[in-house]
Order: sequence, then C-alpha cells, then structure tokens
Amino acid sequence: MNLLDVEDLWVRFPTSSGMFEAVRGVSFSLGRERLGIVGESGSGKSMTGRAILRLIRPPGQVDAERIDLEGTNLMQMSEKEMRDVRGSQISMVMQDPKFSLNPVMTVGDQIMEAYQLHNKTNRREAKARAIEMLEAVSIRDAERVLRAYPHEMSGGMGQRIMIAMMMIPNPKILIADEPTSALDVSVQGQVLRIMDKLVQDRGMGLIFISHDLNLVADFCDRVLIMYAGRIVEVCQADRLHEATHPYTRGLLNSLPRLDAPKDRLEALVRDPDWRHQPSVSGLK
Amino acid sequence: MTDTTPTPESQSLRDWLLTDTPTSRRHAKFASFYKGWLRLRSNHMAMFGFAILIGLLFVAAFAPWLAPHDPYYQELSNRLLPIWSEGHVFGTDSLGRDILSRLIYGSRITLYIVTLVAMIAPVAGLLVGTIAGYAGGWTDVILMRITDIFLAFPKLVLALAFVAALGAGIENAVLAISLTAWPPYARLARAETLTIRSSDFISAIKLQGAGPIRIITRHIWPLCISSLIIRVTLDMAGIILTAAGLGFLGLGAQPPSPEWGAMISEGRRFILDHWWVATVPGLAIFTVSLAFNLLGDGLRDVLDPKDEKS
Amino acid sequence: MAEKNGKGRAAPALPRWANTTLSTLGSVAVTMLGLLFVTFIIGRVMPIDPVLAVVGERASQETYDAAFEAMGLDKPLLVQFGYYLWDVLHGDFGNSLLTAHPVSEDIKRVFPATFELATLGTIFGIFFGVPLGVMAAVRRGSWIDQVARVVALVGYSMPIFWLGLMGLLVFYGILGWVGGPGRVSIFYEDMVPVVTGMILIDSALDGNWTVFKDAFSHLILPASLLGYYSLAYISRMTRSFMLEQLSAEYIITARVKGMSERAVIWRHCFRNIRVQLITVIALSYANLLEGSVLTEIIFSWPGIGSYITTALLSADMNAVLGGTVVVGLIFILLNIFCDLLYKVLDPRAR
Repeated sequence: MNLLDVEDLWVRFPTSSGMFEAVRGVSFSLGRERLGIVGESGSGKSMTGRAILRLIRPPGQVDAERIDLEGTNLMQMSEKEMRDVRGSQISMVMQDPKFSLNPVMTVGDQIMEAYQLHNKTNRREAKARAIEMLEAVSIRDAERVLRAYPHEMSGGMGQRIMIAMMMIPNPKILIADEPTSALDVSVQGQVLRIMDKLVQDRGMGLIFISHDLNLVADFCDRVLIMYAGRIVEVCQADRLHEATHPYTRGLLNSLPRLDAPKDRLEALVRDPDWRHQPSVSGLK
Repeated sequence: MTDTTPTPESQSLRDWLLTDTPTSRRHAKFASFYKGWLRLRSNHMAMFGFAILIGLLFVAAFAPWLAPHDPYYQELSNRLLPIWSEGHVFGTDSLGRDILSRLIYGSRITLYIVTLVAMIAPVAGLLVGTIAGYAGGWTDVILMRITDIFLAFPKLVLALAFVAALGAGIENAVLAISLTAWPPYARLARAETLTIRSSDFISAIKLQGAGPIRIITRHIWPLCISSLIIRVTLDMAGIILTAAGLGFLGLGAQPPSPEWGAMISEGRRFILDHWWVATVPGLAIFTVSLAFNLLGDGLRDVLDPKDEKS
Repeated sequence: MAEKNGKGRAAPALPRWANTTLSTLGSVAVTMLGLLFVTFIIGRVMPIDPVLAVVGERASQETYDAAFEAMGLDKPLLVQFGYYLWDVLHGDFGNSLLTAHPVSEDIKRVFPATFELATLGTIFGIFFGVPLGVMAAVRRGSWIDQVARVVALVGYSMPIFWLGLMGLLVFYGILGWVGGPGRVSIFYEDMVPVVTGMILIDSALDGNWTVFKDAFSHLILPASLLGYYSLAYISRMTRSFMLEQLSAEYIITARVKGMSERAVIWRHCFRNIRVQLITVIALSYANLLEGSVLTEIIFSWPGIGSYITTALLSADMNAVLGGTVVVGLIFILLNIFCDLLYKVLDPRAR
C-alpha cells in the first residue's frame, strides 16, 4: 500500500478580487520513496505540502477527493485526530531555522516537547531521546546544544536541530519544504545527506519541495513538476532529460550545464495555455 | 498578471488615474493618491470618521448661521433648562446660556487648538529629527538626548507645569501641548532620515553637488511627510483630550469662552441634578476624537500595508 | 572569552553586563539632569516673584534684598541651577506655600493614595486586557475582535475626566452602588493608623473591616475607570504583538509537531510577547500615574495629581515642580526597570 494518496487536491484563498486558487486539482501518491515537487514560487508546491498536514488556516480552504494516509482519509478526521497525525505520522521541515525555531525556548525544550507530545514519558527519558536524536544528525556536544537558544546556532546547525525535532516522534512521512535554500552552499550537502540517511534507514517517505530542478533530480527518485497550481509533468528523476513538457524543457534549458556549454542561456517563455491544461496525475 | 493595453481614445479620468504605466512623475503621484483614496473609501469606519470631521469643519465655518442663540448671551431667568427644552435643544447652563450654541462655537476653539498644534509640533519634530539624523555625530547625540528628556516627562504634568509658568490661556495651552508633543515626531523623522540618507539616490544627488540644506529640504522632508501625517492624525485625538483636560482644569481657554473642556468643568458642580450641562460637551469631545481615531486607523491601513488583512 | 574579542584594546576590558549597566546608568543620569534643568527653567520663567512669595508683599526693600541674596538669585543662572540640584539631591524641594510643609513631606503623604489607585487600575487592566488582546488576535475578525476594537477606540477617544463624572453620576448618584468622592466616608476618616498610607492595606492591617469595605467602595470606581484606560491600551498592544508572532514560522512548527492550538498560543506565542508586554504594562502604569491627575480631581482623591493641580491653581511653584520631578523620576525608573527585565527575560538580549 502507498504511504500517501492524494486525489484532486484544491487549495483556495478568497481575496478582494475573487477566489485565488493556489493548488488546482492535484493528484499524486507517495510510497517509501523520495518524491520531489519542483516549481517556481507561486506554483503551489508549498501549499500542497501544508494542505497534506491540513495546516491551511481559514479563510484558506482545502478540498480533496481524498488524502489517504495508509488508507485512512485525513480529510474526514477531526482536528483532534489530526493533531495525533501531525508530528507522529507526518512531519515537516521548513526553509529557515532562524524563523522556524522558537527564539525564546531552548533547543532542548523544543525537541523534548516534540517527543513528549506523542509519547507519555518523563523528562529524563525525553532528554535521553533528544540527545540520541541530536547525535543522529551529527551534532557533537549534544548536552550543551540542548541548553542553548536557537540564535546561538549557525544555519546548518539549526536545520539539523529542526530535522532532529521533526524525526524524534518517528513519523512515516517527512515533508521538506526548501530545507536547504536558506543555508550556506557549503553545508547544504551535509544537511541533505543527513536527512537522506535518516529517511532511508527508517524506511520513510520523503516529499522534497524545491525550486531547484538539478538538486531534485540528483536527490529524488521521482519528480512532479508544478506550474500555476497544477502538475504539468511527472517523471523518474533519472529520466528527466526525456521530459516532454515545454515548461520542464524550458527549466532544464535555462540551467547552465558544464557538459554542454552555451553562449546564451534560454529565457523561459511561458505559454498562457499551460494554465488551462488538465493536471497530470502523479498517482501510482 | 495579464497585460491590459490601454486604449488612449476611450481613456476617462478614472482610467488615467488607475493606469499601471504613469507618464510623468505628477501622474504617478496622482495615481497612487487616487488608489490610496479608493482603499480608504472602502474602509467604512474611516469614512465615518472622515464624515464627522467634515461636519465639524462645516459647523465651525458656519457657526454664526447655525447657532440658534448668542453663545455668550446670559439669561438668568432661563438657568439650567433641561435638555429638549423649547428653543434650547440641549438646555441651558448655569448662566442661562444656550448649550447647543456654545457647542457650535466651541468647535472653532477645538479646531483652532488642533490646527495650531498640528502645525507646530510635527514641524519642530521634523526639523530636530532631520538635522540630528542628517548631521550625525555629536549634533545627533545632543539633540536626541534632549528629545529623550522631553519624552521622559509625563505629558500632561509637563504641560501643566508649562501652563503654570506661562499663564493660563489658549495660546499658552497650544504652546504647552506642542512642547510635549514634538519628541515622537523628532524620533520618527530621525529614523526616516537615517534610512534615506544612506540610500543611493542621495549619494547621486551629492555627486551632482547638492548641499545639505538642499538635500534636507528638497529630498528628505518630502519623504518623511507621509509617515508624519499618519502619526499626526493618530495623535489628534490625544491632542484634543489634553486640550480639553487643560480647559477642564481652568488652564486652557478662559471663561466665558465656550471651550468644551471648560464647559464640562462648569457643569461638574451640577452633575447630580443637572447632568446634561456636563454630559453634552463631553459627548462632543468624544465624537470628534473618535472621528480622528477612526480616520487615523484607516490611514494607517492604507499607507502601511504591513498590517493588511491576509 | 574576554581575551579573544579584545583585539589588542589597551583599556581594561569590563565584563559585558558591567559595561551595559554603566552606559544605562550614564544615560539615566543625563536624562535626570535634563529633567531637573527643564523644571528649573520653568521655575525661573514664572511670572511670579519667588522672593515676594517668601517675604510677603509688605516687606521693606532691605528685607527683600536680603532674601534675594539669601536665595542666591543674584548669582548666574548656572550657579543657581547648581544650588537647585544640590537641594533636590538632598530631597529638598523647598516649602509649599499652601501647606507650609516641606514639599518632600507633602509628596510622601499624598503619594500612597495615587499609588494605590494606579496599581489597582493596572491590575484591572492586565487582568482583562491581556486575555482580551490575545483572544482578539487569535480570532481575528470575529465578534470578540470587534468588541476589543470598540473597547479600545472608546478608551482612546473618551476624556477621562468626563467618563469619571458620568461614572459618578450613574453609579453613585443614580444607582448608589459605590461610595462617592474621597477615599473614605467622612465619619471613617483618620480612624485607622497610617502605616503604608494605602488605606486598603492599613485598614486590613488594623483589622478594621468596616473601614476596609467603605474604602473599597470609594476606590472601586476610580480604579476601574483608570483600569479601563489601561485595558484599552494593553489589549490593543497585546493584540498587535500576538498578530505579529502568530504569523511567525515557529508557530507553524509547533502546529506541525501536533500541538493543540491552546498550547501553541500560550506555550509558544505568548512566551514570545512577554517581554514586550511587560514594557507596555510599565508604560501604561506610568500613564495611569499621569491620568490620575484628572481622575483625582473628579473623585476628590488626595493623591499627587490633586496636589500638583491645587498647587498650580494657587501658584505654589515649589510644590508644582517638586511633584513634576517626582512623577518624572518614576517614569525614568520604570523605563530602567523595563530595560533590565528585558535583558533578563529575553535570551537574545543577554
């Protein structure tokens, strides 16, 4: 069975000039694999991730035929049931640890809190688990880090803490929303490797959201390409060069390539027709 | 994101104002002003406040025609007539003067005080703030220290002390309120100046040989104005309340002048038996300062999109 | 740590906290000096002749001149300011013309009344204002947000002395629910020994619950009136701080963890606004001390506000300036208190 099946997902926001549709009828499924979602800003990729966790707040609306987590439809769950799913089943790492960690709580309190929300244990046990988890994301001196505040950490360190915090309740699915975009280039690789290793070791499903087609192609098994709230193409990461949709081709051609240097990179020309084409299904 | 190509022949004034491609600097200014106005207009509360203020202006301008009686005319046989009396809608005060007429004339005093303070305090603040911000160094340190000292004072108490020293009266009340009101403007203007000063276009102007006075008056001041205007509008209510407070204490407008705060003070003695004498002018103060608050809130929403509803 | 970031500076490196404390104290000293200078200048531009006030209208020229010299008025202005500073630093604000007591003693006597009123008002404001502001932010646009908005708008727009009069009219004059002006009814006056000067505490210490009840019925109206203004301000600020934090990303993180909305709001969001909130509360407290000037007049409350205004109307300049300086000092002290608390409570400021 798939870990996650999403069918006909819509995310809408009412604005003063009518309804804005951020995600328009997207369908895909996720097995124990690394699924990349690529698109430019405003393509609805982040909204897709948040809609799965049902974190779109009113006045935003989420509609879907179904969002099945191992066969149970999340759309029919109460908010209380949903809280048990968040963190313990599906978790999410966001872009910038500077903003996604609470600035006035110690790292330790935040990690332990994530654990204790889903496991009835005492503080000592939670602390031991937190240290274990920090070591798993290659943080040395975990005891000291537990007592530190987020602003005392570097970006790469912060993102590893974030990963540790999101992995500690042992979820089945991790959504990583641009997890390395805010980091120094020098630590991006390291953070990705740590995340990858944890996901593989635990047999989790990963949804990797990014604007960086190359990165996704290297890192993921399967790629969804989103444009204007729809999936325009689905392909295996290693066969990306066989992609047929003009938007994907455009994205590929607008990147510089060492093996095929060009004098001028192509500017991406968007065809208004793309908006109206039906969404490609990413279901398996 | 769809491109709309304007058709020049059918362009009305509205289209001209709503264009995405202004043709001149003045055009752009008008256009952004008009768009701001449209957004302000959709804010009902702000428009309500705006309407009240227009009404106040109207009443003040046509006071002699609107007032049914002479506000100073005492008719001791008609003392303390109750509200809704024949010929005296809001009754009469302890000297038999028509309260409605006094309210109407009092609007002139309120407007007078507010206008004067709004002209003195922000200008003083703008001067101090821009000079401090632009000059930097010791000038900045000293000017800002002085500003802090004035900020450290409780406003009303400082105003009281000033009025005590200068003597009671409207002009002195205006001066005292202005003296307590300028420091926040100075801070605001300084902050704005600091950001503007380091921007590229100021360097460009400097390279063209503009002196500090020209830069401050022609380039920094115009950019500070809009944030100062919001601030002034929001402060108006406070100014009205302080002025009324001074009047109430007998330190503002002197009798027999129909200042609203002084009218409350007069009616205070009869509050338990003749409640309307103090109640009616209080409602007038409340209405006007509420109007300023509503308009100020609306202006802030329009000009400061940070707090926009998402 | 100190040896590393010294970068060859010759001066002995002070620990950071000592440095910041020193600079805070320095700026406070300058502000206080300025405050005293301003009051001094106000005293000097007074149209009232300070010598005449001392020697009386009928004094001979010699007496007048002697007093003139004795008061140091023949010295340059700066020297006079020096004298003034010296006196104030010794707690000497001169004698009040009205009460014939030293101003410092008068203030000591009247201040507890104001303190009691403003403190109770602030407690009221915090107790209702903070939850109201939090709810208004969390349920933005709902009826409770509208209520909070109206409450604040009315508070910002209504003259406090007028609202006080209306309160007296309705709750004392018509309904008779509360005691009238003054701190206690006439026949209870001076019945309890003065310990703190705060009548609620004094009567409780004395075990005299009749007086306590009476004092409370007098206090409740002016205190809730001041409390209302404090509520308007605190709730508005709480709302805007909360809105700012609620849109922060760490809130989403907390939700992703599976936290209940209540825990998200109070454990994560509210914790982040604590420091700002304390500053606001201190500010509102300072404002209440000031707002009490007009309130005290309405309620014939024998506090520092009444003291200053009465002195003002009878041109008792020593009393006015003394009162102004004291209130200004309290303002400054509250500001320092906030700064220090900020450094203790916010990990980023340590």
